[in-house]
Amino acid sequence: MTIGEVSRRGFLKAAGVGVAGTTLGAMGFGGAEQAMAQAVRPFKLARMTETRNICPYCSVACGVIMYSLGDRSKNTRSALMHVEGDPDHPTNRGTLCPKGAALLDFVHAETRLKYPMHRKPGSDTFERVSWDFALDRIARLMKDDRDANFQTTNKDGLTVNRWTSVGFLAASATTNETGTLTYKVMRSLGTLPFDNQARV
Amino acid sequence: MTNAWGDIKHADLVVVMGGNAAEAHPCGFKWVVEAKAHRGAKLIVVDPRFTRTASVADFYCPIRPGSDIAFLGGVINYLLSNDKIQKDYVKAYTNATFLVKPEFGWSEGLFTGYNEEKRDYDRSSWDYQMDEQGFARVDETMTDPRSVFQLMKQHFAIYTPELVERVCGSPRDKFLKVCEMISECSSPTKTMTSMYALGWTQHSKGAQNIRGMAMVQLLLGNIGVRGGGMNALRGHSNIQGLTDLGLLSNMLPGYLNLPTEKEKDFGTYMSTRGFKPLRPGQTSFWQNYKKFFVSFQKSMWGDRATAENDWAYDWLPKLDVTYDVLRTFELMNQGKVTGYFCQGFNPLMTFPNRGKITAGLAKLKWLVTMDPLDTETSRFWENHGEFNDVKTADIQTEVFQLPTSCFAEDEGSIVNSGRWLQWHNAAVSPPAEARSDVFIMAGLHLRLKELYLKEGGAFPDPIVNLRWPYAQPEEPSAEELAKEMNGQALSDVFDPTDPTKVLVQKGKQVDTFAQLRDDGSTASFCWIYAGCFTEAGNQTSRRDTYDPGDTGLAPRWAWAWPVNRRILYNRASSDVSGKPWDESRKLVWWSGERWTGYDVPDYGPTVKPEQAVGPFIMNPEGVARLFTRGMMRDGPFPSHYEPFESPVANVINPKIRGNPAARIFKADLEALGSPDQFPYVGTSYRLTEHFHQWTKHVWVNAALQPEFFVEISEELAKEKGIEKGGWVRVWSNRGSLKAKAVVTKRIKPLMVDGRPVHVVGIPQHWGFIGKTKKGHNPNSLTPFVGDANIETPEYKAFLVNIEPTSAPAVA
Ligand code: SF4
Repeated sequence: MTIGEVSRRGFLKAAGVGVAGTTLGAMGFGGAEQAMAQAVRPFKLARMTETRNICPYCSVACGVIMYSLGDRSKNTRSALMHVEGDPDHPTNRGTLCPKGAALLDFVHAETRLKYPMHRKPGSDTFERVSWDFALDRIARLMKDDRDANFQTTNKDGLTVNRWTSVGFLAASATTNETGTLTYKVMRSLGTLPFDNQARV
Repeated sequence: MTNAWGDIKHADLVVVMGGNAAEAHPCGFKWVVEAKAHRGAKLIVVDPRFTRTASVADFYCPIRPGSDIAFLGGVINYLLSNDKIQKDYVKAYTNATFLVKPEFGWSEGLFTGYNEEKRDYDRSSWDYQMDEQGFARVDETMTDPRSVFQLMKQHFAIYTPELVERVCGSPRDKFLKVCEMISECSSPTKTMTSMYALGWTQHSKGAQNIRGMAMVQLLLGNIGVRGGGMNALRGHSNIQGLTDLGLLSNMLPGYLNLPTEKEKDFGTYMSTRGFKPLRPGQTSFWQNYKKFFVSFQKSMWGDRATAENDWAYDWLPKLDVTYDVLRTFELMNQGKVTGYFCQGFNPLMTFPNRGKITAGLAKLKWLVTMDPLDTETSRFWENHGEFNDVKTADIQTEVFQLPTSCFAEDEGSIVNSGRWLQWHNAAVSPPAEARSDVFIMAGLHLRLKELYLKEGGAFPDPIVNLRWPYAQPEEPSAEELAKEMNGQALSDVFDPTDPTKVLVQKGKQVDTFAQLRDDGSTASFCWIYAGCFTEAGNQTSRRDTYDPGDTGLAPRWAWAWPVNRRILYNRASSDVSGKPWDESRKLVWWSGERWTGYDVPDYGPTVKPEQAVGPFIMNPEGVARLFTRGMMRDGPFPSHYEPFESPVANVINPKIRGNPAARIFKADLEALGSPDQFPYVGTSYRLTEHFHQWTKHVWVNAALQPEFFVEISEELAKEKGIEKGGWVRVWSNRGSLKAKAVVTKRIKPLMVDGRPVHVVGIPQHWGFIGKTKKGHNPNSLTPFVGDANIETPEYKAFLVNIEPTSAPAVA
């Protein structure tokens, strides 16, 4: 086997494990490489969990590999350590632009939101609330308005079953599956002011 | 995109106009570089700025923002008058041969049937002449003066190189060079691709800009072929998916329409959706509409959608008007909106006329934001000095800021510009108490359902009966939802040609939309996604790089809609007899028995070439439309209109302001500025280092582009006494902002109608939260008016003024 036949990452990974356990000799290298291999530190990413993902920014939709510490077992939290382009991906073939290359810092941004927050009318601050408080109250507000403003028929007496006094602006980077559930929930309420980034 | 990113390497000519792929889609642009390096392809860039795409182009031609139709009209005129079209393709695969009603016409900038008061057309004359059997009349010689071909010649004759130069400011010789290069692709063995993005959509005639180029591509025979197509680069990672799924006011999933209130019952709704073929023997695939509609209703309401209740037709809301975002914010300003949700969206920094957006949000009783990041919209009530000058105590809106997971913490599929659904997995858990959007939406639904069951209230039926078959009702899994999008058999599905044969057993996933039925035996949330998650598993997570013929289509990587087809209309890659136009770039061809090739044929697999079924099987004509009948609000052909705010009058008819069929609300019309007060053209764009307002939260990107700026030419800087790196104030009739001035050779004044027009370039990546310095966005200035067909706001061409100023007070 020559290096050319091994994918770059496959090689690095095998090499990393090789140094820890056996030697590069197992990969068909001679004694000279063996000596060198013993001097090389294990490849840091070899111990990471690899997860396939897609850059969430533009629709080139470059493949990325995310490296995290931890085995994702229950009761442990994984930590994302590195994100790089997926060399197998037919579109980007491992490359990333200045946006995709900095994805790690997006995930870890200081301004990532951590808790549901609530601002009372006229207040100058957000206060932390529980999910139950937030969802109970939003559901209540929705129902009160829907019950007050839902239109069953129009002025000609035709059935219209629409709700136009609450609007929903859907996202542009959520998954299709999220979009599907969002659609079901909002349309079943009769919501018409319902739009997404496609129009903008 | 009709084609795929990897397919661009097969182009001979790449035209980037209405986009800036090298900066906004860098890793996709590499396929242009590949085409240049390995195929000797040429790259043309037409753009108001000498962008980085332009810097690697073989030819660059400047253009004034908002004048693209005049330019493209000029190209069409050049192709037609120099006979540089792929005639066989045009004749057989487009409606050039069709005859149009004698009443249809165009004069002084307007088509027949215009009503100035309504700003709308009576479009009844924009149609074909029909024969006794209801088929369109045609003239195969294309010489009849009422043929689409002749009407097109006539319509575009005014777009001479002189007019193009006068309107667009594009020097005549440069324009002609572009025409010449494009015209070479009329050969069946030369292919051009069009790459465009929001530089074309964000105009009051955005859809017609794209039509203009689509017509060029049809005339050249470049649709359905490798290295060709109309390739919308698309801005956001799943904007294609959310459009496919119909998350728009007037849509149902899979490009079906939400009924209007005039469609009082299901029968009426279906009566205009017969989609009878308009020529003998054509497929008119939309004849299957009812199957897709019923399967959607079954997906929503399961057993409760029955033949007896017209598949719960009344449970869908009926439109009086379309509630697009512009209308919604207008209604908000009128005090007619109580509550609003922003899911992963930051309208305060993006929607036009920021002052109106702030006023609208302040009139809401409540606002809910769902986002992984701290957005300006969720803090619209917070005072940030010059950057958000509001009176907090006066704003009575109750705000919920809900923290959500981001891509790294979420699984599911997103759709790239090439229509590939690609699955991704979660690597880590969301921070602290952040939860998925699915958790929030399910939480709201379950609570509302409980409230309606307990208290009753307005029309609870569609809510309490919503199909909810998930193992964990509080947080349905991505896999369950993906299976639901695909669809399954609710009872055994039989073969229509052999009713004893079961095609899909009850409870099994369908393989393709061909298995969907209108008798209630199938459910499918989004018919075009049928095939994405079958009994064979999740097709969107496939990772096989197999690529026969080196097409760049990677047919076993992920899954493309529809039916894993990678190039739309691919039957058109072969001539009428089924032989590839270009053997070296063959795609789909007739083997003698069936259609075969590198892609899934967009055609009946065994339909013989001599049956003369057109390659555009979705259209009742069977062919592509150069003339769009009454399908677009602003005309069956593109026609040049100035932006609503323009430095010059429309040279065709100076009385027409903007697009005559675009909607504009009264207050917004009054808020338009005139060139005597606002002499310069503003335009907006992205930088390669940033993605909208997201990456200003990212340390690396904030370091790369830390501060808001505007770009102006050296000439304008000199005229106005503006220094490189100095502060300027830029203002429109709606708002004002401060920015650092980047004085550049990349923007040059253009000579338009005899006088110089200066362009002020305004990138859009700032705000008052995040790692960058605080800054503004173009939306502080832009007009509140959208495209006539889809209401995309006119962000790319508006009027501003500029002057040197002092630094803003630090907030
Ligand atoms: S890495 Fe850059 S080019 Fe690739 S998807 Fe992300 S933003 Fe687009």
